[in-house]
Amino acid sequence: MALRFGILLGVRFFPTSSHVLGAGILAAVLSGVAFAWAVPRQSGGGSNPTAKVAQAAANTNPAQSPSTTALSAAHSGLNVVVLDPAHGGTDPGARGTEGITESDEVLQFATATKKALEAQGFQVILTREGNDNPSFDDRSARANAQRGAVFITLHIASTGLTGTARVYVVPEVPASNNITGLIPWDRAQAPFLSLSRKLGDLVQQELSRRFKGSPDTLQTAPVRQLRTTAAPAIAVEISSVSVKERAELDRMVPGVAEAIARGLTDFRPTYVVPTISVPGGSVQP
Amino acid sequence: MTPKWTVWLGGVLLAAVIAAALYFPALRRRVNQAKELTEKTAEQARRELLPVAPVSTGDPMVKVVMFWGSHGQEGELVPVTVELPLSRDPVLRTKQVLNTLLAGPVDAESRTLPPDAALMAFYILPDGTGVADFSDEIRTSIPSGIQSEQLAVESILRTLEANVPQVLRLKILIHGQEADTLAGHVDLTQLFRVNAKDAAGTQLDNPSPPGSKLPAPIRKAVESMRKATKR
Repeated sequence: MALRFGILLGVRFFPTSSHVLGAGILAAVLSGVAFAWAVPRQSGGGSNPTAKVAQAAANTNPAQSPSTTALSAAHSGLNVVVLDPAHGGTDPGARGTEGITESDEVLQFATATKKALEAQGFQVILTREGNDNPSFDDRSARANAQRGAVFITLHIASTGLTGTARVYVVPEVPASNNITGLIPWDRAQAPFLSLSRKLGDLVQQELSRRFKGSPDTLQTAPVRQLRTTAAPAIAVEISSVSVKERAELDRMVPGVAEAIARGLTDFRPTYVVPTISVPGGSVQP
Repeated sequence: MTPKWTVWLGGVLLAAVIAAALYFPALRRRVNQAKELTEKTAEQARRELLPVAPVSTGDPMVKVVMFWGSHGQEGELVPVTVELPLSRDPVLRTKQVLNTLLAGPVDAESRTLPPDAALMAFYILPDGTGVADFSDEIRTSIPSGIQSEQLAVESILRTLEANVPQVLRLKILIHGQEADTLAGHVDLTQLFRVNAKDAAGTQLDNPSPPGSKLPAPIRKAVESMRKATKR
C-alpha cells in the first residue's frame, strides 16, 4: 500500500523519464517509514497464539529462530520466579470485611514472597506492582519470555476456612500435535504439567505444615492464566477476605512467603526443562 | 409585493420549527428512558420467553442425584438423592435437573450456585456436546475464588453425569456469550468433560479465545443465543 502510494506520488512530482530514479527513491523512503511504523505495533499486539510463544522464545536470543533457540539451549535450571498478584485495576477480586480487597492484599503477599525468594537467590519478576490489571495472556507472557522460570499466581478467596491456603494446578491440558516444536499458546502448560504438580505438592506440604486446616495435597482447577503458561505453574489461594479483622490476614503473610520460598528451594534441584518429541528428534520448549 | 398566503405559510412553518425545538429535549429524554428500560429488561423478557422450569406432571417420578456442597467438609461435594418428575427427553431432563441444582438444597450453606442465577437455555448437539447458557448472576453473584468457582462447575458436571448420560461434554455460556472465566478464575473457554465414557476420542483440546476457534456446531449455538439475547 505504502509502496503504491509512494510510486503514485513519485509519478506526480517527477513526471519525466529522467526523474524515474527520484520517484523510486521517494517510494523507497515512504515504504521504509511505513514499515518502521507498522512493525512494532504488529509484534506487540499480534493475536496469533503460536506467534506469541515463538516471539517469547525469540526474546531470549534475538539472533536465533525459536526452534534453533530451543534446540541449542542448555538445561539452564530454575532461575526466575514470576509472581502474579491476581486481579487489580478495575477488578478488585474478592471483597471482605474492613474494606479488604483481594487485589490489594495479594500485593502484600507478593512483596513478602519476593523478598523471601530473593534471599534464596532467585530472580523474581512481579506481573504487576501497582493497581493495574494486566490481561491473563500478559501475565502468562511474563513467564513465557523467560527460560528456567516458574509461575505462581496468588489469590485470596472470599470463602473457605480462614487461615488456610490451597495450591492448584490445571487438571489436564491435551498435548499438541504440532510438528514444529512450537507450543500453541492455548496449550502452553501441557509439557510442564508434571513439573507443576511436583512444585505444587512441595509448596502445599509447606503450607499445610504452617497453616492448620489446609489440605495435605494439591487440588486441581482450570485456573485461566495457568493454561497459557509455558513453565511450571501453580495457583496459591489463601482463605479468606472474610476474616474478622485485617490483622488475621496480615499474620499469614510471612508464613505464606516462607512456604513458597521453601517449596521452590526444594523444587530447584529436580527442575529439568522438559523436551517435546518432534520428527527427527526432540526440542525443549 | 409578497402574496399574503406565503406570509401565512412562513409563519406556520416558523411556529412548527419553534414547537419542534421546544419538544426535542423532552423527546430525547423519553427515547433514552425507553432505551434503558429495554436494556434492563432484555434478560427478564428472555426468561419469560424461555420458561426455565418445564415440569410435566405426566413425567414419571425418578430418583435424581444432585451434587451440592458438603456441610462438614469444606470444598467437597456430596451426592443428595431427591425424587423428581423427569422427562425422557435429554434436553428437558437437563433443564429440570439443572434448575433443581440452581434452586439449591434445603441447607442454604451447601449451595454451589448463586440463588438468583438462572438457566436461560440448553441445547445438545448431535455429538453429545451440551451447551448451557446461564444468566449473568452466575458470574456476578458467585463468591469470588478458585475454590467456589471450581465447586460450582464441578457440581454442574457431576450432576449431569449422574442424571443425563446423553451429555458427554459441556460448554458453559453466560448471557448468550462465550466467557473467558466464570468470575475471574475458572477457565470457561474450554469444553468440560461430563461423562467418563467420553474419555476416548473426544476433542476436548480446543480451548479458545472467546468467539474465535469454536467448533462450528457450538459457534452456531452461540450465535443463535446471541441473537435471542439481543432480541
